[in-house]
Amino acid sequence: MSGVRVLVGTRKGAFVLTSDGKRKRWKVSGPHFAGWEVYHLKGSTADPNRIYVSQTSGWFGQVIQRSSDGGKTWEAPGGGVTLSPEGFPRGESNRFVYDTSPETGRPLTTHQFYDGTQRPWEFKRVWHLEPSPNDPDTVYAGVEDAALFRSTDGGRTWQELAGLRGHDSGPKWQPGAGGMCLHTILLDPGDSGRIYVAISAAGAFRSDDAGKTWGPINRGLKSEGIPDPNAEVGHCVHRIAMHRERPRVLFMQKHWDVMRSDDAGASWREVSGNLPTDFGFAIDVHAHEPDTVFVVPIKSDSEHFPPGGKLRVYRSRTGGNEWEALTRGLPQRNCYVNVLRDAMAVDAIDPCGVYFGTTGGQVYVSPDSGDSWSPIVRNLPAVLSVEVQTLP
Amino acid sequence: MIRVVLPAHLRTLARVGREVKLEVEGPATQGSILDALEARYPVLRGTIRDHDTKRRRAFVRFFACAEDLSHEPADAPLPEAVTTGREPFLIVGAMAGG
Repeated sequence: MSGVRVLVGTRKGAFVLTSDGKRKRWKVSGPHFAGWEVYHLKGSTADPNRIYVSQTSGWFGQVIQRSSDGGKTWEAPGGGVTLSPEGFPRGESNRFVYDTSPETGRPLTTHQFYDGTQRPWEFKRVWHLEPSPNDPDTVYAGVEDAALFRSTDGGRTWQELAGLRGHDSGPKWQPGAGGMCLHTILLDPGDSGRIYVAISAAGAFRSDDAGKTWGPINRGLKSEGIPDPNAEVGHCVHRIAMHRERPRVLFMQKHWDVMRSDDAGASWREVSGNLPTDFGFAIDVHAHEPDTVFVVPIKSDSEHFPPGGKLRVYRSRTGGNEWEALTRGLPQRNCYVNVLRDAMAVDAIDPCGVYFGTTGGQVYVSPDSGDSWSPIVRNLPAVLSVEVQTLP
Repeated sequence: MIRVVLPAHLRTLARVGREVKLEVEGPATQGSILDALEARYPVLRGTIRDHDTKRRRAFVRFFACAEDLSHEPADAPLPEAVTTGREPFLIVGAMAGG
C-alpha cells in the first residue's frame, strides 16, 4: 500500500487529505467547490482515480462533479462549453427526474410530511454517491426526497430505480430532521444483484434483482415516534455498515439503538450493550476484523453532542454488546461537536486506519484501529462526510 | 449582443468571468437569454431554472436597468437597453446569507 487519500465533504467545499501508509504526515488540498455544500464524495474501487462528488447549493441546486485523475482536476460530466446549441454535451448530469414512465408503472406518489400530511416527492439533493466496485462509469446516487438513481455513463445522465420510491409503503415514509434522504447504499461485493439502502425516516430496504424490486428489511427494529413502534416502515435508520467479506452481516446505527443482522437484514437484534447512549449517526466495520465495529455515541436526538463533552469512539471487538471507549488523543472535556452519518470511514491498510470528521471541522485519524487518535486538520467547515481510498 | 452577469458561484462553475456575451435568436426575453446561456454552457442547466418546467429557482433573481424582472413572464420583451447591450441582464443569487 502506497498511501491513503481521505475525501472530506464540508458545508463550504471539499478537501482532499493525502498521506503515506504511516498516516502521520498529511497534505491538504482544497477547498474544492468553495462555498458549496459537498454532502459526499467517493472514489471508485475499480479505478481509484475516478472520484464522484455531490455539490449542492440552496441557491443553484445540484451539481455532480467527477475527477479522472484522483482529485487534481474536476469536471461536471457532459457540462463543457459548446458552440452549437444543437450539439452535445447535453448537460444533464444534474438532472434527477423521478421516473413515472409507463415502463416503470410508478406514479409520483406522496409521502408523509412532518405534520403527517401527504406531500408529493420533490428532488432536493444527492446525499450519497456509491461507485460500482466493478465499473468506474457506473455509480449510484441516494437522493432527497428519498429515491435511488443510477448512472452508467460516468455521471452524465441518471435514471431512477423507481421500484424503491414506488414501493407500496411510500406514503408512510417521512423526513427525519435532515430531510427525507436516502443516505446509505451498500453494494454486495459477491452478489451484483443485491443492494441495501437506508432512508430517514423509512428504514432499510433490500433488492435482490439489481434494484428492480425492493422490500423493507426492518423486522426487529423498534422506534418511538411512530404509531406502531414495530411497524414495517417508518424507522429513522441513520447508517448501515458491513464488512465486504461477510455481506450478510449488517450493523446499523438507528436514531436510537445500535442493531445487528446476521441474515441480510431479514431480522435485527439490538447490540447497544454498555454504550453510554445508543443514539448516534456514524457506524463502520474494521477492514480486517468483521466483528470489530466503531460508533460515536451522541447524547440524544436534540442534544447532538457527545455525552459529558467527551468525544469518544466506542469499539466492539465482539460484533456488538461489549463496547470499549477509545479516548487517547480525543478531547475529553468541553467538546460539543457532532459526527454525522457519512463522516466515518476505514482504510484497508494493516493495521486498519479509522477516520471521522466533526461538525466542528476536525478530521481525526487513528492509524492503529482506534487505539490512538490525532487530528489531521482542525479548522475546516463543518464536516458532512469522510471517505478513504487506500491507494495501491 | 446581450450581456449577462452571472453570480460568483455560477461563474466558477461555467469557468467564465463576471460577464458573458451572447447572441440571442429572435426577440430577447428572459427565456431566450437563458436558452442561449444554457446552450453555450450546459453545466448551468438546472442551476438557474428547472430542467423541464423552466421555472426559476426560488433563490435566483433577474435584474436589469435597476428593476426586478424576476416575476415578469419568461417570454416578455426585455428593456431596449438590454437588447442593445447597453445594460447587462443580471442573474443574482438572493441575498439570503449562508
